[in-house]
Amino acid sequence: MLCLKNVVVQQDDFRLQANFDIPTRRRVAVLGPSGAGKSTLLSVLGGYLATTSGRVLWQGLDITDQPPSQRPIATVFQDNNLFPHMTAVQNVGLGIKPSLKLSPKQTEQVDDALRSVELGDFGQRRPAALSGGQQSRVALARLLVQQKPLILLDEPFSALGPSMRSDMVDLARDIGARAGATLLMVSHDIKDVEHFADDVIWVEEGMCQAPLPLADFLNHPPQGFKDYVGD
Amino acid sequence: MARRVLAINPWPGLIVAGLVTFFSLGTLLTVALRADSFGALDHFDWASVRFTVVQAFWSAVLSVGLAIPVARALARRSFWGRGALITLLGAPFILPVIVAILGLTAVFGRSGIVAYLLNLAGLEPISIYGFHGVLLAHVFFNLPLATRLLLHGWVSIPAEQFRLAGALNFTSQDTFHHIEWPMLRTLAPGILAIIFLICTTSFAVALTFGGGPKATTVELAIYQAFKFDFDIGKAALLAGIQFVICAIAAIASLWLHVPQAVMSGQDRIVQRFDTGRFRLKVLDAVWIVMASLFLIVPLLAIVMQGASSVMSLPEAVWTAALRSVLTAVTSAGLSLVFALALALAAIRWQWLEGVGMLSVAASPLVMGTGLFILVFPYVDPASIALAVTALVNAVMSLPFVLRSIGPAVRSSEQQFGLLSDSLGLVGWARLRLVILPRIRAPMGFSAGLAAALSMGDLGVVTLFARPDGATLPLQIYRLMGAYRMDQAMGAALLLLLLSLVLFYLFDRGGRAHAVS
Repeated sequence: MLCLKNVVVQQDDFRLQANFDIPTRRRVAVLGPSGAGKSTLLSVLGGYLATTSGRVLWQGLDITDQPPSQRPIATVFQDNNLFPHMTAVQNVGLGIKPSLKLSPKQTEQVDDALRSVELGDFGQRRPAALSGGQQSRVALARLLVQQKPLILLDEPFSALGPSMRSDMVDLARDIGARAGATLLMVSHDIKDVEHFADDVIWVEEGMCQAPLPLADFLNHPPQGFKDYVGD
Repeated sequence: MARRVLAINPWPGLIVAGLVTFFSLGTLLTVALRADSFGALDHFDWASVRFTVVQAFWSAVLSVGLAIPVARALARRSFWGRGALITLLGAPFILPVIVAILGLTAVFGRSGIVAYLLNLAGLEPISIYGFHGVLLAHVFFNLPLATRLLLHGWVSIPAEQFRLAGALNFTSQDTFHHIEWPMLRTLAPGILAIIFLICTTSFAVALTFGGGPKATTVELAIYQAFKFDFDIGKAALLAGIQFVICAIAAIASLWLHVPQAVMSGQDRIVQRFDTGRFRLKVLDAVWIVMASLFLIVPLLAIVMQGASSVMSLPEAVWTAALRSVLTAVTSAGLSLVFALALALAAIRWQWLEGVGMLSVAASPLVMGTGLFILVFPYVDPASIALAVTALVNAVMSLPFVLRSIGPAVRSSEQQFGLLSDSLGLVGWARLRLVILPRIRAPMGFSAGLAAALSMGDLGVVTLFARPDGATLPLQIYRLMGAYRMDQAMGAALLLLLLSLVLFYLFDRGGRAHAVS
């Protein structure tokens, strides 16, 4: 269980508040208008932004003050998920060991991960020689080897076309399921969310609501959501 | 941002900052403590202060004044060799001063090409020594710099403005008035200031072409007080005056916002509609040909006159060359390490980059004087001449190395800092796997510049080195002093080749297999 206990982040005149729990292995969509604080919420969870007050707990353990790489968390960002000067294999390998000094067994793990995202033959390519969808899959393959129980997806596929994006959302789902991980995804596309989420966290003007089951959320949407989708 | 993970230890940066501060300000303090009172200066010394300012002023005015028509011609004409000429305009950055001086002597000197032509016309040959010799050398170095900076100004004028001018049927005077003059008015003062600053620290040029009561810069006066009179108190006082001149010029150039020397994006030719007239074409052609000859002929003279003697140079020249290469490579390495340490620590403390720029206002001779005073009681200064030269050159190169590496480090961290943090890429792994591969190209380029700069340096080494411990530029200066001009030419060609090769190797090393 991921618990946010009275988390407050104050940035100049912007204030983010969150106080809720997310049960393990749920897939949660984070929805809300631009500038509402969705990415800020993920930054706090990822450890890139310190809380002003409140605690973040994972399985009862306080991780509020842990640096990003020590947290049980893997993140896929909106862009710059791959190092352009490294091959796909190296980019995935970083998920196992940041020094890239991998044992034969670990190298095998990397190859497996790339195969399971259908990039088995693309290991030696650099990002520039991969399509946008293939680049996303390399980033997802890294999630497989990182083996972190909590995965944050911060609009990772927003640069892709609709059909490719829904493929990637499916792949992210599968990978989450295989790793037994809890997933949080920020998205702008309600269709992706319907595809992906068990629960929805609605964020508006810095207030993060507790997650609601998707069906409940869609049946009784908040006014802000109605304005957001425009009907 | 509430928290920024400290991925790389900032201590090396702070240590380097301390070192640089010591070299630029600490040496000055040392100097100040030893300085005589102003009464110790005779009218000869005050003349050197006046000369420094006057020659720097005219050097700047002439360089910029001549650069305007050359840059304009380059901006609006397309011709065979244009790209090569623009590349050549970058050459003075890595051209050793002593080489240029020999080349200019071969062209403008007593037995040079110009004297020969004047003689044919029945005119007296002009002397290259004194005020106009110093100006000539300074314009030779700074006309290309000013031209490049102005050319950049020209190509950054939006093409639409010239199209509009065409549609409105502007004459070329109208175009100048409404489009080009506003650009010049913003750029020219900064360029004037930076060239003025460069020329105030002129030492090697004044050492060779200047001298005497009418053409001695403060830097040269420091050297003479040191070397001939061994009057450390007076040298220190002059060093203090030099620092004040530099500091004023540096503050002025900061305040005027000096444009960056851009190495790319100058291949675009501005499409113009007002330049078709025959008279303008001839005018532009004349400027381009004159500027090209002014730059190329002295270098050609070195190559042609040096080629015959370069293989028969005495052994002392070759050992001096070896010393120079070692010093240059060490200096480039130090400069990179310093700049990298500062740039990394500057991610957290931005003011550290400012510290790295301190040496813009420092003069190598002032640093040299301060260091000499400090080490003199303990060690024989000659025994550490090369180490001091490498260090001082590294600190002097720091501003431009930092200016090219700093933004690259910042942009790497901006793009990949979060990702690196999330993957636990910290410390050496971060440096080795992320930052260094991403900054290879600017690193190679600036190390090449730093190496070439140190290779050609004829400054602090003159204070420290013994006759049997000379670097190649110093050796060339001695050959000139002994009127061994043929050997000096050969050694100058060797120095030119070594500087170019060093620059090429570093720059190439940075670009090979580079992936963006």
